[in-house]
Amino acid sequence: MKFSHAIVEKNVVILALLTLITVSIGGLVQIVPLFSIETTIERVGGVRPYTPLEQMGRNIYIREGCYVCHSQQIRTFRDEVERYGPYSLAAESMYDHPFQWGSKRIGPDLARVGGKYSNDWHVAHLKDPRAVVPESIMPTYAFLASRPLSVPNIQDHLKTLRTVGVPYTDDMIANAAADLKAQADPDADTSGLLKRYPKAVVGKFNTESPELTEMDALVAYLQMLGTLVEFSKLQPEDLHQ
Amino acid sequence: MSTNTDNHAHAGTERDAHTGRETTGHEWDGIKELNTPLPKWWLYTFYACIAFALVYTVLYPAWPSLHSHTKGVLGWTRRDTVKSELDTRQQALAPLKAKLLATPIGDVEKDPELRGYVQAAGHIAFAENCAACHGAGGAGGKGFPNLADDDWLWGGTPEQILQTVTYGVRNSNPDSRVSDMPRFGADGLLTKEQINDVAEYVLSLSNTGTDKAAAGRGAQVFADNCAACHGDKGDGNPDVGAPRLNDAIWLYGGDKATVVQTITYARRGSMPAWSERLDPATVKLLAAYVHTLGGGK
Repeated sequence: MKFSHAIVEKNVVILALLTLITVSIGGLVQIVPLFSIETTIERVGGVRPYTPLEQMGRNIYIREGCYVCHSQQIRTFRDEVERYGPYSLAAESMYDHPFQWGSKRIGPDLARVGGKYSNDWHVAHLKDPRAVVPESIMPTYAFLASRPLSVPNIQDHLKTLRTVGVPYTDDMIANAAADLKAQADPDADTSGLLKRYPKAVVGKFNTESPELTEMDALVAYLQMLGTLVEFSKLQPEDLHQ
Repeated sequence: MSTNTDNHAHAGTERDAHTGRETTGHEWDGIKELNTPLPKWWLYTFYACIAFALVYTVLYPAWPSLHSHTKGVLGWTRRDTVKSELDTRQQALAPLKAKLLATPIGDVEKDPELRGYVQAAGHIAFAENCAACHGAGGAGGKGFPNLADDDWLWGGTPEQILQTVTYGVRNSNPDSRVSDMPRFGADGLLTKEQINDVAEYVLSLSNTGTDKAAAGRGAQVFADNCAACHGDKGDGNPDVGAPRLNDAIWLYGGDKATVVQTITYARRGSMPAWSERLDPATVKLLAAYVHTLGGGK
């Protein structure tokens, strides 16, 4: 039988089937390889799940919409690498649910802001951006310094993240509440925390309030950004896709 | 794609009387369709795009497979491109950077070529890395020292500035500059009255005190608790990062309430160790640039 488009146009079942097949091919080619393709996420060392305090800070980062003006993705362009540091790797945001790559840079990229400025600077800047950067147009977030950090149930929070693929161990979940407090307590024993979460920045971030505030959580998160992968130790083949 | 020639083969094509054009021969409930082929220029552009796309997917990374993707005949990657761009730039700057690294920091400003490099490149590196705290012109702010004046916490010679930029202040680097002023009030080392008296004494050193009797009582408190670092007359000591107290320059504020707060809770400002983030040439560049800001010794 000679194929004619009249057959497709006059038979709604065949039309629907052929449409489905055509759209599926496009979808499958784009989506399926992402689940199995090994070059999507480079195997680099150092990336770990976020500490409970960093995770809470990340929640505040999302709640306040920081991603609207700040990206967390250094692209593979010379000017970006020279300004911000090594370009971002997929592995660095593999425990982000959802990722915070952002799409707009009204403010600077924050992918490697960790360790760039002191805790005091972050507190002063969040309280009044123009006190330290006169030309800044960032809103003030002074209320973070006085708002106690509200933590409904940090264990459930980490368990939920584990369900979607973040490798929190039982040990991490069991110690979540203690780790949350210890990270911003200069007198606490943080050896367990640092063993579970290497390179976590510890200490009282917001020195203006003795309580654990939202400011502590947000600054703890910012000070971790981009610091987990040791780029000086990476081999060129680690970065080759 | 139907063309006029195809349609002649169709049974039932006819010339439409109203428009004078041929129909496609399709008929739905008495409604006939005029044959309006795509313009030739559009059609060939479309074919050219398809051909271009096919050639592109052969030359460049394109098709995903289950575990990898096609690399393309050219072997191009964005990461190689950015690496070669960075290498090209580094090679261009290499002679200057080598010269900067080989020159003692104290002699950098004497060399006209290096001085030009410091002023041009140092300005950019300072704006990106230092200006957030120290201000675009190095004027500083509350808690962040002014780099354009002649008052230095850790010393203002080129060598001292290089040491501070390289290892930072009160951070986790083992070579970081460290000094911790005791929290005289919060840790109960001094009473509230003693803190009030010594604050008056400190203010009297720069002639801004208002209570002479308290300042008189504070002199002994100062000699016992503060003079070891800040000096008998409050001249400060850059070896331990103790600020000068007998001038009008205040890092956190020189009003009495702020001075009392400083003595009560102490101040422990910190600065990153820039050698952990930047290459040695850029660190040296920044130190030399800071020294040229006007307040270097």
